[in-house]
Order: sequence, then structure tokens, then C-alpha cells
Amino acid sequence: MSTRTVGSPVQRREDPRLVRGEGRYLDDLGEGALAAAFVRSPHAHARITDIDVEGALDVEGVVAVWTWEDLCDVGEAAEPLPMLLPHPSIEHPVTGYALAKEAVLHVGEAVAMVVATDRYIAEDACARVRVGYDVLPALVGVAAARAADQLVHEQAPGNRGAYLEQHIGNAAGAIAAAPHTLDLDLDIERSACMPMEGKGVLARWDPEEHRLRVHSSTQTSTGLRAVLGAKLGLPLSSVEVVVPDVGGGFGVKINHPWPEELAVAAAAMRLHAQVKWVEDRREHFISSAHERQQLQHVRVGFDDDGRVLGLEVELWHDHGAYMPYGVIVPLNTSTHIIGPYRIRDFSVTFTSLYTNTVIVTPYRGAGRPQAAYLMERTMDAIARALRLDRAAVRAANFIQPDEFPWDLGLVLQDGRMGIYDSGDFPASLDKLKTLVGWDDFEAYRQQARAEGRRVGIGMGCYVEGTGAGPYEGGHIEVETNGRINVATGLTTQGQGHETVFAQIVADELGVRVEDVHVTTGDTRRMGYSVGTWGSRGAVMSGNALLLTARRVKERALRIAAEALEANVDDLEIEDGIVRVKGAPDAQIPLPMVAVLSNPLRYAFDETARAATQFGGKVDETKPPIADAEHPGLEGSEFFSPVRTTFANGMHAAIVETDPATADIRILRYCVVHDCGPMLNPMVVEGQVHGGVAQGVGGALYERLAYDSDGQLLNASFMDFLMPFATEVPHIETDHLETPSPLNPLGIKGAGEAGTIPTSAAIAAAIEDAEGFPITRMPISPAQLWELRAEHAAHDKES
Amino acid sequence: MLSPLVERSWHVNGTLATVAFAADARLLDVLRDTLAMTGAKEGCGEGECGACSVVVDGELRVSCLQLAAALPDGTTITTAEGVVHSTTGERLRRMMLDRGGVQCGFCTPGMMVAAWWYLETKPPIDARTALAGNLCRCTGYQNIVRAVCRAAELRREGEDSADSTETGTTTDTGEASEVTS
Repeated sequence: MSTRTVGSPVQRREDPRLVRGEGRYLDDLGEGALAAAFVRSPHAHARITDIDVEGALDVEGVVAVWTWEDLCDVGEAAEPLPMLLPHPSIEHPVTGYALAKEAVLHVGEAVAMVVATDRYIAEDACARVRVGYDVLPALVGVAAARAADQLVHEQAPGNRGAYLEQHIGNAAGAIAAAPHTLDLDLDIERSACMPMEGKGVLARWDPEEHRLRVHSSTQTSTGLRAVLGAKLGLPLSSVEVVVPDVGGGFGVKINHPWPEELAVAAAAMRLHAQVKWVEDRREHFISSAHERQQLQHVRVGFDDDGRVLGLEVELWHDHGAYMPYGVIVPLNTSTHIIGPYRIRDFSVTFTSLYTNTVIVTPYRGAGRPQAAYLMERTMDAIARALRLDRAAVRAANFIQPDEFPWDLGLVLQDGRMGIYDSGDFPASLDKLKTLVGWDDFEAYRQQARAEGRRVGIGMGCYVEGTGAGPYEGGHIEVETNGRINVATGLTTQGQGHETVFAQIVADELGVRVEDVHVTTGDTRRMGYSVGTWGSRGAVMSGNALLLTARRVKERALRIAAEALEANVDDLEIEDGIVRVKGAPDAQIPLPMVAVLSNPLRYAFDETARAATQFGGKVDETKPPIADAEHPGLEGSEFFSPVRTTFANGMHAAIVETDPATADIRILRYCVVHDCGPMLNPMVVEGQVHGGVAQGVGGALYERLAYDSDGQLLNASFMDFLMPFATEVPHIETDHLETPSPLNPLGIKGAGEAGTIPTSAAIAAAIEDAEGFPITRMPISPAQLWELRAEHAAHDKES
Repeated sequence: MLSPLVERSWHVNGTLATVAFAADARLLDVLRDTLAMTGAKEGCGEGECGACSVVVDGELRVSCLQLAAALPDGTTITTAEGVVHSTTGERLRRMMLDRGGVQCGFCTPGMMVAAWWYLETKPPIDARTALAGNLCRCTGYQNIVRAVCRAAELRREGEDSADSTETGTTTDTGEASEVTS
């Protein structure tokens, strides 16, 4: 057999290009394209009274200036953007327009589009579009939305977009009967994905072929294609979406169409041109999407060992001005609270609220970090109340390894019941305690204290639904020159798909990784796909490609068996050569099998002669292509699991807080992660590192600071405080690999894991260092300093 | 509103290039649009992310804030495309691949330029501080820092062969020393 590559830290196949600056991102494409720029609302809430575009049209180089009315001539482009994810909890779905129709609901909403010969001119012309606004009061924040003294949308009373309750057992009864109870109020502020490359779209209309080709940095090529076809009134066969190299996604590029994607494609159609728009950083801050903000109320009943007997949770979720992406974020929060714990009496409600701020759509973790934060803060509160070790309280609550599959009793975001498939939480906890030195920490604390230093330790555990359906597919084609073309429909934003999918195919097919060429996110190659989100890429497309490789291998062996006059069961493929086991001379290279797979009339080269009518012996009793076969050594398979698989992990942080300045420094950060067997440990580690870095940003630095007028005060990297190398700690990792029974590779998703428990673990460590509860994240040194002052004053009073 | 054109002759990655561009053009746009060198990326356009980093006459700069017309004839410019042609750049390139320092790759050219400048000019700062002008949202920096530390070690050792057996999941001593307890 060939050396297996799955499980090895194979170097990434995409890197030689990228490291030389030869990546092809959206803005590297479309030489000579017209440039679009957008006039955006400076107000958080206003009625549009008039728009005067004459001044902009006078600018030399301007080709078109469009407002909402111009969209009315293009299919259904002027209709509201789609509600992508209908859900029974949604009471008042409101989505925006590609260009604002009569009102603007947040600062940054697109009002008009200028198309010009270059971006400099388009931007200058934007400044000459005059928009009249009747400014209305803005509504900012969950508390104001709940108070509902004013409404964001008249059709949504109480600013309520959605409301959901889910129950298992009898939480209220269990809490009433519990020997101990606690109430907690928790708060998480907004953050955002902030990929280094913003969104972007390049649309080309071919008037001769009546065809639209769209390059987009989208996370879903097929989703964008379907919605562009529908909105522009084009048959699907006339729309192609191609995703080039993409500079990070983390969720923000899954919503579709973004207003600009639709407006730019419509302009390309109408102007018979290629039109490009690349989002600048300020646009990304004020007009893409944010996430995370929630207020949470917890009521928990527990016994003397800290075992949770009943848990009631209320969530208030800020989803911004519109909800095109439905309730996925609060739904995920509500269904991930239980985590690794045996909780049988549980109730959760969420209220999803409109505010005059940027829309909320998934950001890495997609509601799960909020869930882990809630549950883990609760576990720490229980431990504090009972004066028990925080790890021991968690251990007392764990679902045990012999209790899988564990039926959660809750309906997940995919409409299916959540059933934990695998994991070993006690083993993970043991690994984490060993890695971080949990039991030795008190000695370290005493030593630090003697040096005048203040340190603390905390942990955070989570279980994460990953690899949700409905499906992904693979297509594999062996060319007669030995090149293996592989396609899958979901998209890539840096996850190493080109490498990992090549490893899976190479191992299964018995060929070299170097001969496997992977294409993702190109509807010309794969028209059926869902997209990249929710830690599903490897689980869904990885397994689809495994099944496809098996199918193609079976076919290769049937053809080779005939050529070698051997039994299929006696054949193996190694390094791209099919041979009879134990008879090294009886062999045929895979490229020749590809030649033979396609009976030819015409010999296009020397090797092709073998497949022509007089190229070999003919069996007069059979047609050239057998029943149920097809020409070409290629095949396609789809993978559609019955339900979501669950990954899990545990993090621990050691922090030092400066007694004088309240500066917060992470001294150590440890991760134990279980995503099943790792396909490429280097890629998995990279995903964990990146996730933790975003978690650290969300815990200590990043927030989106809106003032009461709905102006985003920190809409730049300078003020958003995304962490640099100097802020992100060294991350120590260990892995447990409990395989999932739900897919042939036995794998679980890894993309979001690093981000999920980070705020919880860091909050716990700060709490441990300081000795008072931390209930609001992120936390800055200034906020910690104020908390110290509050607690000092309180202690003095009491 | 069209700006008048200016012409400059610069040494770009070792080659003399004469370019004509609008007087208000940013160096980033001249590199990308006029010279078709798209390695430098615009991550923010405000000098905050380092994705457009280049070395101008030995200084590390963000090309989005550099007015192109302000660079006189004879200016020496090194971009990501040029970095890999040096010995130091080639070591960096190999270590970035080996240590898994690349994910989406958008910040990578700027990182390569900043890391190359650090290794070439040897300022008295550690690798993390040297990269503190470059944002990355994918990697958590760890594997980039490991790649840079290892490239620095190889440079000190003056030979590369010793590294061939190491895999991407090892921890370099330079990084391990950050562990405190």
C-alpha cells in the first residue's frame, strides 16, 4: 500500500503560491473592470426624503449612479433581500434592500451606488450624491430594545423579531426542590469576524452568451448563484459563481446576497460590463455583520456536590436592524448551553431583538461562545457558593463515556434532534488538568503572591454541534495524463481544503497527493453544495470525497481487472499503479486505466490509440460501455449524514492582573480538543490557534462601541483593538481523538472550537485572581480597575 | 478630477522599473495596478494592518499610506514578490510552509516582508514585537512566530539541512520560553 497521508502534518499545497504573494484574491482579478462604490447612510434611523444624483453624474469617468428605483428594472432586484433561514420562532421577519428604499435602519446601509472607470473617481462621485434625510431617534442596545420606548420596525411590536422556548424535563420543579439555588445576570458585548480581506464581488456580463459570471468572496457559491438567478430573473444555467482565494471568512461571508453582490451583478447586466466592488475596512465595520451581544439570566438549582438539578435560562439577543440570517445565532446559544453536563431538567427562552445597528449573523462559534460562557460562569458560581474545586464540580456533572449516544432532547439549527455521538469528558479533563498543572496551581499562586504578583486560573468546557447537513458532494476525474481533478462545492477561506481533501482522495485512490488537484466553490465544477459554515467542511466534503474516491477506485479496478485478466479482489492501487497482489509484473498505470475507461473513435495521441476500435481485443458479446457504466474514469457521490456530530474541548487560562494598573496578561493558555481522528494535525492545530486568538480578542480587547445615536465610534483596526502577535499568548494543545460513528472518516468539525470557551476561561481566571465575580465580557483593564473600586467600596461598607 | 501623471524610475525587487501614475496615487495602487505586483494587499487602507508592507530604502513601510509620487527616482523597493529571492527570504518561505504559518494567506505577503526586514536588519526586539505591525485573523500568530524564530536560528547556524526532519507540530525553544509556570 502507498504511505497513508491522512493523519500526518502534510505541508499545505496552497502555501507555495500564497507565501510568494501569488494568491488570487478578489481584488487581484478583473483588470480593467469598472469600479463600484456606495453612498452609505450617515444616520442610524432616518426616512429618505430625496436623492439627487446629478452632481455625481457630472463627474468625468462616472458611468452610472443607481438608487433603489434603478433596481426596479432588473428582475426582482428591488424586492426585499431574502429571509434565508425561515424558523417557526420568527414572528416578524424584516430584511433590507440592495439599495435602501424609503428608510435607513443603521449607519452604513447602502443608499446609492456609483459605477465609474476607477475606484478613486467612484468614491469622489459618491461625495456628490445628495441624500435628504428625515432623521429619527436611534435605538441601540438590548436594554433599549426590550424597553421598546420606540420601534425599529413598526411591524415588529416590542422590537421582537423572534421568540423561542425549549424545555426538557421540569426545570422549575427541579430548582424549587433543590437544596441550593443561584441567580446570575451575564452580559456579552459585540465583536465581529474581521477577516483581513473584506467582502468583494466582480460581476461580468457576457452579452453574446447572455451569461453572468460572478466572482465573490462568498462562503457559499451555490447559495449565491441561486439567489442571483432568482433576483435577476436569469435561468440558473446562465449564472456562474466562482470563489477565488478568500482572505478569511469566519462567518461574515455566508450571508447572501450581500446588498453589494446583488447591486453589482445587476449593474454588470444592465451596463453590459464587468463591475467590481471591494469592501474597504470602514465599510466592513459599518455595513457587514457583527455578533455576540446577549444579555443572559440564569437560575440554577444544585445539590451539595454541585450537581445541577435544574437550569432555567432567559436570553435576550441583539440581531441588529434586519434578520436575513434568521435566528441561527440565538438558536445555537440556546441548544449549546448544556455542554458536557448531565442536565435533564432544563428550560431556555430567547428573545431576538431589532436595534438600529449593523445586522448580526454568525461569527466563528455562532452563538456557542455565549452558551459556553453562560454555562461555565454558572459552574464557577456553583463551585464558589459551595467552596468546591471548580474542576471537581464539572467532573460531578459530566456525561460519562458509556452514556453515548446522549440525547440532548433539543432541536438544533438543522431542524434535527441533538444527540451527542462521541466524547470522553473525564479523560479530556484529566488531560487538561495535567497540561495546565491544575492541581499544582495553589503553590504557584502562593509563590507569585510572595513576589507581589496576582495570578488566577480558570477553565471552560464546551460541546459543539459540527458537520451539519444537509449534504455536500464530491466529483473526481482521473485524466489520461494521470492528473486527478477533484471538485467539491463548498468554499475555502484558508482552512487548507486543497491539502486535506487531496490527502483523503490520494489515500483512498492509491495515488500521490501531488497528483491530486482540488477545486472548491466553483459552480462550474459542482452545482450542488451548501457552503462553508459551522465547522462542516472536513466532515461534509471530506466524507463526500472519501465516498467518491471509493466509487472511482471500484471502477478503476473493474476496468483494470478486465485488461489484466485478473480478479478484482486480487488488485491493489499503489502510487498510481494498479497491480495484482503478489504478481508485480501484472500491472497497469492508472492513467492507462483512464484511457481504457473511455472507448474512443479518434486517437488524440499515442496513449489514446489503446482505446480506439482496433486498439485492443474486442468482446463481440458486449457493448463498448457496459450497462450502468459511463465513459471516463470519474464519478460523483454525496454525503448526507442523519444528524450533526458533536466535537468537544476544554480550555484553561492562567492570567496575571497587575495590582496597580489592572493590566491583564495571559501567562498560559492550554487547550484539549476532541474532533475525532485528525486528518492533518498541523491544519487542526492552526484552526485551534486562530480560534483561540479570536477568543482572546473577544475576551480582552474587541467591542463595537455604539453611541446612543447609533454611530459606531471604533470603526477602524486602530480602535477595535484586534490583537497582534504581542497580545495573543502561546497556546499549548493536547488532543483526544474519540471517533464519531456518524461518518466513515469518524471525524468531527474543528473550525470553531478554539473560539468557543475562551471568554469563559479567561473570565474565570480573572475572577480567580481578583476574588470577585466577572459577569460582563469583554473586560478591559479600565473596567477591571472600576470593578476593583466598586468591590473595595462595597467591602468597606459591609 | 483626474490627477496629472508623474513618472518615476525605481529599483523594484532588484529591477529598474519606470512607471507613470496619477500624482495622487498610493504606492500600494502603483504596485498593484501599474506594476501588476499584487502581493501587497489592502487590509485596511489606514496603515493599521500591515498587509501592504514593503521595504523602501531599507525601511519597513505600509504602502497604503505612502504617496507614490513622494518617492524619488532611484528609490529601492522590496515587495513580497522580491523577498523570496534572497537567502533569508527562501529560509522564511520554507519555514512558513513547514510550521504551518499560512492559512488564508491574505496577510502572508506583508508578514513575509516584515519578517524578512526583521531578519535582515536584526533590530534588538523579539519576533512577536517585530511582527506587531501586522494583523493576522487566521493563525493566532503562533506558527508564524515559530517560522520566523526557526528561520532566525537557521540564519545564525548558517545552514539549513539540520531542519529537514522536523515536522510542523514541534515547538521551538524560542516559543517554549514564553511558558511561565
